[in-house]
Amino acid sequence: MMAQGKQPEVLFWVGAAGSYDDRAKKISRAFVKILHEANVDFAVLGTEESSTGDAAKRAGNEFLFQMQAMMNIEVLNGYEVKKIVTCDPHSFNTFKNEYPSLGGKYEVFHHTQFIQNLISEGRLKIDESALQGKRVTFHDPCYLGRGNDVYESPRDLIRRLGVNLTEMKRNKKTALCCGAGGAQMFKDAEAGDKEVNILRTEDALETKPDIIATGCPYCNTMMTDGIKFKEKEAEVVVKDIAELIAEANNL
Amino acid sequence: MQYLPNTFFVIALISGLSFFVMNIRKIFRNINLGKSIDRTDNKSERWKNMIKIALGQSKMVRRPFSGFLHIVVYLGFVIINIEVLEIIIDGILGTHRIFQGFIGAGFYAFLIGTFEILAAFVFIAVILFWTRRNIANIKRFLSSEMKGWPKMDGNIILYFEMVLMTLFLVMNATDTPFQNAGIGNPVSQFIAPLFDGFSLEALHVIERTAWWIHILGILVFLNYLFYSKHLHILLAFPNTFFANLNVKGQFNNLESVTKEVKLMMDPDADPYAAPLEGEEEEVPEKFGASDVLDLNKMQLLNAYTCTECGRCTSACPANLTGKKLSPRKIMMDTRDRLEEVGRNIDTNGGVFKDDGKQLLNDYISPEELWACTSCNACVEECPINIDPLSIIIDMRRYLVMEESAAPQELNAMMSNIENNGAPWQYNQQDRLNWVNEE
Repeated sequence: MMAQGKQPEVLFWVGAAGSYDDRAKKISRAFVKILHEANVDFAVLGTEESSTGDAAKRAGNEFLFQMQAMMNIEVLNGYEVKKIVTCDPHSFNTFKNEYPSLGGKYEVFHHTQFIQNLISEGRLKIDESALQGKRVTFHDPCYLGRGNDVYESPRDLIRRLGVNLTEMKRNKKTALCCGAGGAQMFKDAEAGDKEVNILRTEDALETKPDIIATGCPYCNTMMTDGIKFKEKEAEVVVKDIAELIAEANNL
Repeated sequence: MQYLPNTFFVIALISGLSFFVMNIRKIFRNINLGKSIDRTDNKSERWKNMIKIALGQSKMVRRPFSGFLHIVVYLGFVIINIEVLEIIIDGILGTHRIFQGFIGAGFYAFLIGTFEILAAFVFIAVILFWTRRNIANIKRFLSSEMKGWPKMDGNIILYFEMVLMTLFLVMNATDTPFQNAGIGNPVSQFIAPLFDGFSLEALHVIERTAWWIHILGILVFLNYLFYSKHLHILLAFPNTFFANLNVKGQFNNLESVTKEVKLMMDPDADPYAAPLEGEEEEVPEKFGASDVLDLNKMQLLNAYTCTECGRCTSACPANLTGKKLSPRKIMMDTRDRLEEVGRNIDTNGGVFKDDGKQLLNDYISPEELWACTSCNACVEECPINIDPLSIIIDMRRYLVMEESAAPQELNAMMSNIENNGAPWQYNQQDRLNWVNEE
């Protein structure tokens, strides 16, 4: 595209989970279907994409984070990227808040915000009949909610699905972490009496949901594992909001 | 002999205040041991935060019951202090209820009546607080870091308040002319009958005694603040003013690292270059924090401001699932260590002498630090915007960048990022494969 002198409307930052993790790849594909449906002219970096360095930064490795950041910024600026959308709140947060002072200034969207914009611009409609009546509870990803005060975009999309949105006792500002953040995803937990994702899954199950909706591939993994642990796979599914929309619109 | 009480009062007042100022200066000195951090931008937002959060208690009431009780005690404390002003003037001049003459009996009675009602409410609230701390089995008051002194400290503060409120009411109840006037005594009129049958002389002695113990008690309490967790009544204001205004997801980028990374990535940089003439050879800055002196001033202010309520810990996912991490303990440890460093400086003539101890390991263990999910629940919960997470991250930075002491799995994750640009061991050339799978 660059070779033809054209600029895509937006860069879809897939992220490591969205690229490699079997569960998260489905989210990436669902989101791409939505982008196609709305005729969004987008690009991905493909093999030129690399880790944002978020996990390294939260683990305390500021060196590795800044190396990754500066390499990514070189690539992104080389392609004159202006707008980035991602399904990963961690990438979203890092791009939006931590890259600017290192020379990477972009307009950054979480995919729920981006889809919300597509709807308000009249480029996308959500079919509210397909999932009607389902009980859905939304698990706030820490880096979307508390981290960036984005609580409404995902909820707005869920309501547009025509489903019955029920909140967990800990929601929005008081939402409980899924247990993956701060690089916990990549290590075993310290000794304790419970795994964080089990506690959060219990929060979710209290709402008697048909669907636990998330907006983060890592939360998705943790909640999916929690549901398996509780042996509730037959009754409850964990889905990203992008997947729910793709499903509702039969994409 | 006539001026003996006044003289004694002035001496007590001056020594109480000077001792307090001396200790406050020590706190400032200790906070200033931290690294500089600029938190003076966006002043209007900062004033707004201070007014809303510290003055307006907006985050306290998120937990309605304890929030409401706290507002009662807070309002009582602030408003009854108008009466303390009168007591001080009376004490210095040897007068009795001097405001009465200035503002008129009616308005004076209204004020004292309000104070009495507030005092009664404060007394009840404090009893409820005591019950919550000691009987109600509330988990956040039972954590291991709350054993011993911290628990006693909390109770001592409550006893102080109970005694001060009682003295205030007794002082009014035994003030015969005040009771005889019959206005402004909505609460003390019910205490006065307890002293029926006492001679006027005895009543006067009790009234004077209560008056003296009350004001001396206030001076003692003022100085007790320094030794207790109760400094928040003062420090909550600067703490909310200087609190981080960025979104919580944003962690600072270490400038010292940026410099080095830029040098590493600059193809023209000569790593063996001698420093330019006239340029001092810099001692490389330590990355991250292993002791309180590596933290910034605001982190140290946070530590002094913390009143150990434990709302952070009660929202922490690691703590809720039985891990050792407690954000409150991070703050308590930081303060304890800072005070230890301060005492060290005091005894060594103004300079810190290495005591072979540090915040890391001697106070906070790596196990606690690695249990954090960086979810910001503690930061969100804190009623006065204390940020335990930033200390945790700075200490992780030290562990990783200075000690290479990350847990094994995290080292693997990080070398994957270095080698193939992802936390897992996949080939970067496979990054686009997801497109064609179904």
